[in-house]
Amino acid sequence: MVSRRFSSRATRDLRLEQLVSPVPELGLVAANGPNDPEPELGVEGGAVTRMDGRESADFDVIDRFVVAHGLDLQVASEAMSMDDLALARMLVDVNVPRSELVRLSRGLTPAKLARVIGLLDPVELMLALKKLRARRAPGNQAHVTNLKESPALLAADAAEAARRGFAEMETTVGVARYAPLNAIALLVGSQTGRPGVMTQCAVEERRNLELAIRGLVTYAETLSVYGTEPVFVDGDDTPWSKAFLGAAYASRGVKVRFTSGTGSEALMGYAQGMSMLYLEARCLAVVRAAGSQGVQNGSISCVALVMSVPGGTRAILGENVLAAWLDLEVASGNDAIASHSEIRKTAKLMGQFLPGTDFVTSGYSVMPRHDNTFGGGNFDADDLDEWLTIQRDWQVDAGIEPVAEDELLRTRERAARAVQAVFEELGLPAISEEEVALATTGYDARELPDRDRAADVEAADDLLARGVSGLDVALALDRHGFGDVAEAVLDMQRQRLSGDYLQTSAVIGADGVVRSAVNDPNEYTGPGTGYRLEGERWALLQGLPQVVAPAELLGDPEGADPIVVEHDEAVRGDDPAEVVVAVGPAFAAAIRRTIADLDHGAVLDAVCEGIREGGGQPRLVRVRRVADVAFIAHDGAALSGSGVALGLQSKGTAVIHRADLQPLDNLELFGMSPLYTVESYRAMGRNAAGYALGRRVGPVPTELDNFARAKLIVRTTLLHARETQAVVPGAAALELELVTTPVA
Amino acid sequence: MAFDPIRDYPLGARRPDLVTTPAGIPLDGVSLDALREGALAADEIRATPRTLRLQAEVAHASGRTQLAENLERAAELAAVPDDLLLEIYTALRPRRATAEELEAWAAQLDGFDAPKTAAFVREAAAAYAERGLLAHG
Repeated sequence: MVSRRFSSRATRDLRLEQLVSPVPELGLVAANGPNDPEPELGVEGGAVTRMDGRESADFDVIDRFVVAHGLDLQVASEAMSMDDLALARMLVDVNVPRSELVRLSRGLTPAKLARVIGLLDPVELMLALKKLRARRAPGNQAHVTNLKESPALLAADAAEAARRGFAEMETTVGVARYAPLNAIALLVGSQTGRPGVMTQCAVEERRNLELAIRGLVTYAETLSVYGTEPVFVDGDDTPWSKAFLGAAYASRGVKVRFTSGTGSEALMGYAQGMSMLYLEARCLAVVRAAGSQGVQNGSISCVALVMSVPGGTRAILGENVLAAWLDLEVASGNDAIASHSEIRKTAKLMGQFLPGTDFVTSGYSVMPRHDNTFGGGNFDADDLDEWLTIQRDWQVDAGIEPVAEDELLRTRERAARAVQAVFEELGLPAISEEEVALATTGYDARELPDRDRAADVEAADDLLARGVSGLDVALALDRHGFGDVAEAVLDMQRQRLSGDYLQTSAVIGADGVVRSAVNDPNEYTGPGTGYRLEGERWALLQGLPQVVAPAELLGDPEGADPIVVEHDEAVRGDDPAEVVVAVGPAFAAAIRRTIADLDHGAVLDAVCEGIREGGGQPRLVRVRRVADVAFIAHDGAALSGSGVALGLQSKGTAVIHRADLQPLDNLELFGMSPLYTVESYRAMGRNAAGYALGRRVGPVPTELDNFARAKLIVRTTLLHARETQAVVPGAAALELELVTTPVA
Repeated sequence: MAFDPIRDYPLGARRPDLVTTPAGIPLDGVSLDALREGALAADEIRATPRTLRLQAEVAHASGRTQLAENLERAAELAAVPDDLLLEIYTALRPRRATAEELEAWAAQLDGFDAPKTAAFVREAAAAYAERGLLAHG
């Protein structure tokens, strides 16, 4: 047998990816692997003799590096003797300060760290992350690339990202020789959008360092580390070479964060039978030992592999927490595509989004996915409104700000013009007016003209040969009337002199002042403390461009031609064919259209025609004392010669009622007002007449729209509020006369 | 005024008097006016060993021992030419250098008054010898 429901689910996007059962010997196990070593630390005479299942003679490069630089033996005896569960509870205890946990972490071995993190459930991990984040306020990083390596589009996107509040942005290259051009476009664009945004260009280390020395980029996060020796060596590095490189970058005033993440060891074939979380604990121990201020982790490019095994998403959150516990800045992944399923992807995101990390993503694609040359982009330009709405829903700051379209267009155009000027001044191949225009308004690079790529790379080589630097960029901007952008680019050069952003979790404010874990630390100790989204920032993040003022949603009835005229108080009729049409207090007055946007005059006309077609005689009354459709209809029925009435609420909901029924009972209820047409109301009128004359009546067929409520509940609420505002308590119903002849 | 590694951070905002270019141009001397006059050279835009040592003090005072050590190595490397930096990095990659070659790099670093980094390279050489990560001479 085959279930049609199973078949239907098998076609969902989720099923494009594979889930596998754990294979510990291949490292395909998220956490608490059966082969993970027992945590231990043997110390004799001030020297480490054993760690996590190995004698010192058997230590690999990772063990050796961690023992040499990453363990505080004065803390170790205290910390290693603590109960795993006691440590785990301290991680979520708001009364245990972050500083105490960081102190203890200095004496814990990787196996112990992984073991303790493995004891936390997802909500506990989120609380721990919120508490352990190094910098007070969360932030975000953007990815800025495009397939044509168009400098105008790079600059425009960088400016948009900066204006939206990203504190860092990263570009890369399709063709390596483009690097200086892309770095310049990113620098100019970012500083046009907001002074102080830090930029990087992910390329090979030598080239990267060269760009940094010239002041074209300010940070690097290309320094990858791995959790087993064979994978580290296959990556053509050792902990010492990576640590040396980190110091080399810092010596040139470049902010550095290392990169690690679960899954890479399994993917590269040498997980040595250990769990992903344990191997990541080894990576993070190396990162701290190397003296990196921070790390980009959270599985990064292997995220789909980690999420293929049970508990993968939890392990990824666990590794972010672990990094924060080790006092490292955390750029917490969410950049590579995690899943085909929007639901699953978003569910995974919440682990970092809700607690907040130093950089909630290590690269939010500010351009559409097609232009993301990092290999996708988990969240991109098309997802921005969702991201902003989810921030607004949760009252959570995940580092992206809403900005009005016209303002962004101005920012984008200015950035494209600024980089056009810099290219001209530096003698680089010209950026055309068409490129500027399309970079400002276009969807992606496909809309832009092709550039002469051979000429571009030649010019890039020449640029490097000439020794062009950030100073030349500033001067070019100054000469072309972009004085403020020139000043911002120059300030990024001054930042390299003071080196303040070399401290943990540093970002630069628009005022040029560095905020890091040193001068703006996270001191969360429970409700009422730490970073809270409130005040001006909360007002800013609420103000999405598509938010409307409730009053605008309903329109203003002032000054419109009257649809009905009110007369005297209504009395009971005596015509047995009479069907009263009873409308609500605001009908055809304060409210003039139904929720389906039908004119109230047309609705009344259709209802009356239907009643006449059914052999009845319509009479209009307005019920003033209530807004509920059942009572409107029942009041009408009490006035009707036949005892039958059709009640109409202003939003279009209708009820056919009879005087002898209880008010909340009815003959027919028409609750799907968003779906009704004028014809529906005519049919309701016919049926009402049928009931009045005692004929057999088949109910008016109605459709169902399960999304009507989600789509229209706000309008429904506002319409009903206006109806209830029109209620006159205790007032009698009034005779009503239709005065307009509605256009059909 | 004496340097207080916690109170005086960030240096750029609180102690600009302690920040200069290698040639001694003060922070506010790195201005558009100076740029227009041609008074700034690209190789002047780099942190000095002194500034990096102050940042190491800040890291140390914040309890970040390893970051402080990294910044101390950075302070030592500030005087080492770019090409040399990249050559030492390459030598430290797996199986690129013999024990003697690594020792020679360490000695060169000593020559740049970079004792901590020199010790770091020697420590790597010892670990590489144990783990088979030296080049065969």
